[in-house]
Amino acid sequence: MSDHILLPEGSIEKLSTTLNLGPTHPATHGVFQNILELDGERILKATSTVGYIHRAFEKLAERRPLYQITPLTDRLNYCSSPINNMGWHITCERLFGITLPKRVDYLRIIIMELSRISDHLICNSIVGVDSGAFSGFLYLMQFRELIYEIYEEVCGSRLTTNIGRIGGFERNFTNKAFEKLEQFLATYPKQLKEFENLFNRNRIFMDRTIGCGAISAERALNYGFTGPNLRAAGVDYDVRVHTPYSSYEEFDFSIPVGKTGDCYDRFLVRNQEMWQSLSLINQAYNKVKEFKGADAEVFHADVPAYYLPEKKDVYTKMEALIYHFKIIMGETDIPAGELYSSVEAGNGELGFYLISDGGRTPYRLHFRRPCFIYYQAFEELIKGGMLSDAVITMSSLNLIAGELDA
Amino acid sequence: MSLTNELIQQKLTDKFGDKLIDWAQPYGMLTFTAPKELNLKVLQFLYDDPELMFQFLTDLQAVHYPDNKGAELAVVYHLHNLTDNIRLRFKIFTDINNPDVYSATALFAAANFMERETYDFFGVNFTGHPNLIRILNVDEMDYFPMRKEFPLEDQSRVDKDDEMFGRG
Repeated sequence: MSDHILLPEGSIEKLSTTLNLGPTHPATHGVFQNILELDGERILKATSTVGYIHRAFEKLAERRPLYQITPLTDRLNYCSSPINNMGWHITCERLFGITLPKRVDYLRIIIMELSRISDHLICNSIVGVDSGAFSGFLYLMQFRELIYEIYEEVCGSRLTTNIGRIGGFERNFTNKAFEKLEQFLATYPKQLKEFENLFNRNRIFMDRTIGCGAISAERALNYGFTGPNLRAAGVDYDVRVHTPYSSYEEFDFSIPVGKTGDCYDRFLVRNQEMWQSLSLINQAYNKVKEFKGADAEVFHADVPAYYLPEKKDVYTKMEALIYHFKIIMGETDIPAGELYSSVEAGNGELGFYLISDGGRTPYRLHFRRPCFIYYQAFEELIKGGMLSDAVITMSSLNLIAGELDA
Repeated sequence: MSLTNELIQQKLTDKFGDKLIDWAQPYGMLTFTAPKELNLKVLQFLYDDPELMFQFLTDLQAVHYPDNKGAELAVVYHLHNLTDNIRLRFKIFTDINNPDVYSATALFAAANFMERETYDFFGVNFTGHPNLIRILNVDEMDYFPMRKEFPLEDQSRVDKDDEMFGRG
């Protein structure tokens, strides 16, 4: 009888089970493949495969004028596209040597901190979902909707925002945008408090996350961790403080740090960062309100050679038409130079390494994607743990497939 | 902030002499070029020196300069000293026909994926890398797509006149 059963050689003797977690799996929230060697439910070895949604952004960027690269950055970390957009605009502005009016800086901070909140709230509520607590997700999700409505008022789109332009914003914030912002500032703290009440001291949640997927500060630095994941391990590195951009140096905020670098600390750090972001938005909004009269109409720097003019001006004004044509057709040469510029994105240091040879497009553009760099620690983080810990570790690292694969 | 670009340059010159060239500070970031055999020695020195302490590898990638004969590929390291909050960038150039470069994975675990990505797109062969296989592209790919000889758009197309759009 035994000759009828065609088992691969060695498969009987093998003591471990091989399991594919992904590429598409409801628990991975994205396209990730992990080939796990399991002993029962314990993970002996993990092999991560990435690249399922690689879209060749760096190659594309070599054939595009700078303003056409902004939509590519949307699709990196699509949970917080505006930060990526701003990071790219800031890189270009540094290359051109443009200084922005203060009001634009403050408006940018409002948008960037809103998107940090929307990024963190997704991550944290998904950690809840993956550990079996669904209601926190529902409570917070409606506020992401409100944030997206604010984006919509400012730039017209919600997820892949393409918000702002090199040199400022495409239009001034409408009153509706400020109204929605006020509504957000008035209602979100209460909901976030409730979310924290549900989770922070919840015995089940704590047992589930404490000690799970932990990394020491030393290993985290060696692995190139940045952002909340590094801060959860106890290193207070934040680009907003270390290399301030967009007038962050004028603001008063603190950097929450964790201690153990496990899922629970990452969760707490992200929650605290949302409070800090709320405070930053409040401060920035108060500063914006101080601008009166003509100053309150400023929403971009006066750099006609680089700033894409408003469409209504293009139809009615000669200069605007000329600059519009020059920018769209790529007739504006960009200065030659080599520049690394970074911003603190939802997941850490999002860097742009731009080499320009003076043509119409970058000679080389490299995105330093925080996700891509810290994902390589995943194999080490889940080794020896349970299969279900791998799922929760993945969601608490906030892996975004778009940022991973670029 | 006691560490300055000048001090770093001084310390590196004391150690490596005139082997390090092309010192510059574009947009305030200290930049230099090292011979490719010395890349690990420079990284190790920057890592170990008690004053320099460049212990965070921010980024690692390559650039292709097809006209730079004999040194077509540049591998660029961005390092960060988090204590003094100062960054630096250094490059090594390698012949495209002999793109062997020592891997930094022993020093930085972060270099693993970054070097795989660089290999995947530019074909830089990092010797000593534990698992140098393609990462974002398909395994069957037999070329290195970020090299400049691979144009983005199909060059055989005649229905588009790029001259009209300044692309030449």
